[in-house]
Amino acid sequence: MTPALGVIIGVFVLAIALGLMARRGHVMSLEQWSVGGRGFGSVFVFLLMAGEIYTTFTFLGGSGWAYGKGAPAFYILCYGAIAYSVSYFLLPIVWRYAQTRRLVSQADFFVAKYESKTLGVVVALVSVAALVPYLVLQLKGLGIIVSEASGGVITQAVAVWTSSIALVGYVVVSGVRGSAWTSALKDVMILAAAVGIGVYLPLHYFGGYRAMFEAVEAAKPGALTLPAAGMSPAWFISTVLLTATGFYMWPQFFAGVYTARSENVFRKNAVILPLYQLVVLFVFFTGFAAMLVAPGLKGAAADLSLLRIVEQSFGSWTVGAIGAAGLLTALVPGSMILITAGTIISQNIYRVMAPAASDRTASLVARSLVPVLTLIAVILTLRGGQTLVVLLLMGYNFVTQLFPALILSLGERQRVSAASAIAGIVAGELTVVFLTVTSASVATLLPGAPQIVKDLNVGFVALAVNAVVLTVVAVATRVEAPVATELARTR
Amino acid sequence: MRRYRWLAAIPTLGMLGGVPFANRVHPYVLGLPFLLAWIVVWVVITSLVMALIYLLDSRRDAELAGAVATLSDDSRSP
Repeated sequence: MTPALGVIIGVFVLAIALGLMARRGHVMSLEQWSVGGRGFGSVFVFLLMAGEIYTTFTFLGGSGWAYGKGAPAFYILCYGAIAYSVSYFLLPIVWRYAQTRRLVSQADFFVAKYESKTLGVVVALVSVAALVPYLVLQLKGLGIIVSEASGGVITQAVAVWTSSIALVGYVVVSGVRGSAWTSALKDVMILAAAVGIGVYLPLHYFGGYRAMFEAVEAAKPGALTLPAAGMSPAWFISTVLLTATGFYMWPQFFAGVYTARSENVFRKNAVILPLYQLVVLFVFFTGFAAMLVAPGLKGAAADLSLLRIVEQSFGSWTVGAIGAAGLLTALVPGSMILITAGTIISQNIYRVMAPAASDRTASLVARSLVPVLTLIAVILTLRGGQTLVVLLLMGYNFVTQLFPALILSLGERQRVSAASAIAGIVAGELTVVFLTVTSASVATLLPGAPQIVKDLNVGFVALAVNAVVLTVVAVATRVEAPVATELARTR
Repeated sequence: MRRYRWLAAIPTLGMLGGVPFANRVHPYVLGLPFLLAWIVVWVVITSLVMALIYLLDSRRDAELAGAVATLSDDSRSP
């Protein structure tokens, strides 16, 4: 056994042990399992929220984008900062409402605000359709990282099966507490790994950062700026705004908000998280270094750039440590996704069909769904072909469609009807499917438009369809609240 | 009114609004090409602005709590 393999297995066992231990002293009701009994302080909530940023996408995709596309990768650094400044105002409102009504899922929030279980079912279906491909993405990344770092000794299939079984184990036992505890280990490792290699590689190969960037610019002119067409500034700005919009619409993020003990946690996080996110910078450095040191990876293979340059530059121990950090970037978000998906199906679909079900039964159903969902994800990971890629592309746009209905529900009084929210979401989702399946872009939809319009992110089209349909139906089915209006007038 | 909360919009406007103009390699700032440096600086400003709003909000909340306490004291006095 190589040192690399030893380190990976060691960290893996430690993570699972932490995940299982996290349960100690807690009886697992649904509220405890899904949202940690709403008792998490600043540190745990920070870890959960920060844990969500550093997924396998950031680790492999962030370096892969810098490697393959150059400057367009910088968008990853922007959307988080914007989403966090919005979170300062948004999350306390969500938290307060969820707290008083003891909500456990994102769909619950819509059910309570719009007083419609049907809307809850719609949101639940959207959530699951976005979450399962996202879990598959994590497992795929995990398979790649572990098999690369082990030098091929562990095949992708073995890595995916083993980790999935362990994941199911600690998720069923400890719920979101397990995610928080493993998150702590993950954040330490990812910080050390990303900063370590991001600082070392440019100095080692080029003697400094500026020297590295100058070499990149000489080898690939234009790689450090946005092109005039395609991934242009217009693309950049629209993509950042769209991604920031969808950020907190992810059901596992949203439910993560419920775990907090007080709303002040989010205000503090909004100050710290933008800085914390700068770690992505070091991931970019690694991608740029790999562009020159380990050239030749084309298309999707660019995602391997970080691992390739690490293998070329370090000894087996370091490769193992980085592989282990990568493994954790898949496990932690994976566990959050499983908990969220299990909770949503149990709470917002099963309980609608079986209204008499007790909390105990609902908790049991949620936890029993974890192995089922994992099995589906594992099969898709190992067998999935082109369909999967399409699903992945749709995931972020799927959850973004929840944004208009959510924003409109934040006021004290409900202004638009549940029917309009449902109509908007359904119309938006159908547009997303249509746009993705036909690989449409604004350029193909409006061939005569100026370049700046053509480069806009096509996701806005779905959001616009959603907003228009929502508005039309809202006007047609106006919420009648004569008493409230009368009260407002007399006051 | 907490009008200072509008400060939170500045980083977003600055970061994204400046992208078309900051889209260049030179001059290098702290070893980073200009576009990347531009983004990094605005991420840091985001954090600073949110810290300022947090401080102002905390002070405001303390004042409000103080005012409420004084009011209830007044109502109790004969």
